[in-house]
Amino acid sequence: MERQSLTAKVLLHLAALVLAAVILAPVVWLFVMSISPAADLSAKPLNWWPSAVDLSRYATLLSRVENSAGAAVTSSLANSLIVAGMATLGAIVVAVPAGWAVSRTPQVGWSLNAVIATYMLPPVALAVPLYMGLARLGMLNSVFSLALVYLTILAPFTTWLMKSGFDGIPKEIEAAAMIDGANLWQTLRIVTLPLALPIIATAVLFAFLLAWDEFFYALLFTSDLRAKTLTVAIADIAGGRVSDYGMIATAGVIAALPPVLLGLFMQRALISGLTSGGVKG
Amino acid sequence: MSGTWLTTRAWLLMLPLLAVMVGVIGWPLAETVRLSFTDAKLVGTGGDYVGVANYTKMLAGSAFQKTLWATMWFALASVAIEMVVGVLAALLLNQQFYGRTMLRALMILPWALPTVVNATLWRLIYNPEYGAMNAALTQMGLIDAYRSWLGEPDSAMWAIILADVWKNFPLVTLIALAALQAVPKDTIAASLVDGAGAFRRFRHVLLPHLAGPLMVALVLRTIEAFKVFDIIWIMTRGGPANTTRTLSILVYQEGFSFQRAGSGASLALIVTLIVSVLALAYGGLLRKSAGSMA
Repeated sequence: MERQSLTAKVLLHLAALVLAAVILAPVVWLFVMSISPAADLSAKPLNWWPSAVDLSRYATLLSRVENSAGAAVTSSLANSLIVAGMATLGAIVVAVPAGWAVSRTPQVGWSLNAVIATYMLPPVALAVPLYMGLARLGMLNSVFSLALVYLTILAPFTTWLMKSGFDGIPKEIEAAAMIDGANLWQTLRIVTLPLALPIIATAVLFAFLLAWDEFFYALLFTSDLRAKTLTVAIADIAGGRVSDYGMIATAGVIAALPPVLLGLFMQRALISGLTSGGVKG
Repeated sequence: MSGTWLTTRAWLLMLPLLAVMVGVIGWPLAETVRLSFTDAKLVGTGGDYVGVANYTKMLAGSAFQKTLWATMWFALASVAIEMVVGVLAALLLNQQFYGRTMLRALMILPWALPTVVNATLWRLIYNPEYGAMNAALTQMGLIDAYRSWLGEPDSAMWAIILADVWKNFPLVTLIALAALQAVPKDTIAASLVDGAGAFRRFRHVLLPHLAGPLMVALVLRTIEAFKVFDIIWIMTRGGPANTTRTLSILVYQEGFSFQRAGSGASLALIVTLIVSVLALAYGGLLRKSAGSMA
């Protein structure tokens, strides 16, 4: 490394401080709004630092009292978990065999390109028939339908991740097991899948985060507590006549907590997933 | 094992994926194409063949043209700023300084924050009466009176772009940083010995390593930006005076708010076509840049 002059060092640390502030300020403010007494948030000049810690909004939004704002948030939290969980499971179940097949059989590689090309499709290109079809079948407003629709987003992405993951596991290991008399299923179960576990974990993480983040289809296909997800519930709260902005912020913190914690703790897996396509080019 | 059996086995393993893709993507897409030539409504029966009437009506409408410009404005500005800020942040994080590991970890934060939460957060920040933006700028003496950032046609789009940049530039940073870390240390050392200045070092030593990954990021971000719906729906719903209405918002209004499935479908396909052309053009660029580096 280059030897730095004192000025360069000071400037470098200043720049790092600015970057840290840019990243942190909005997130910290979201949290501060959620714990500030309502009077602080409508004060002029604004009270940047809460005069007291007020956790009552969390109690309100996480309560299960019927027909309350809490019921809307808790049921949508459960729906988000169920939909994201089912969609992730579905995506992995179709992506693992398909990813392995494409990785080991280059002749079918073009089909994966076709699958990945669907990424370009804007959801609006599929939304109208999906809505009409689900309405005809009486399947609107259902967590199962929503999870199924989410496969349009999750399946291509996880298959592509799995394919590049299997590419990194040498074929020769599988061939060796075969020579020792293992059949295909045994080879995959005993040799390949254990080696592929880290990439499967990455795929699970991405699929779950994508599903948790989804808003457009959830907005269209769900209308009440039975299937509404957290993103739609937040849009409802933010778009409604809430006099206390801290309540909106609290709902935001609740929705952001699972993915942010996953992101911070699973950092390494996330970055390897984010950059695997990019670095390989 | 024979080649045909291997291929058959591969297709069998891909069957679940292909069934899902046909069911939830292939069928709806074909149905969108069919609907786009009819006057079908979202609910109720019927829908007669009307030829290309939906297409000509949509393309000729002033709403479409205005919306196309707004979408291009949003996509170009937000992606360009994200790329520049993202790369600058990556160059910074590639230097040695106290707290670097922590700052690198923090970059995941905006990316992990759900889009809807990000949009809601910035809507609160831009609030005309109680928002932090007005409070901060007033207290610093930069503005005299509180403004309605999302309510004025002049500022609404820029306010959304800023919120989008904040969420997405860290992705560019993470991709660029991974590429920078792959640059061999000897190459950098050699350029220092040769006396290359910081700019020339970036241009000739680092940029060749960054070009490929950055092109991928550019393609993905541009496609995403053209499809944008969530952040705009939450922040402005396309207002004020339709200045922030993008193509996806327009399709939503046509197909769902006005329940005109036929013309909504034709509009959706026009959007798809634009995104595809864009992706193909980029794909060509991508191959070219990959070829020149090999």
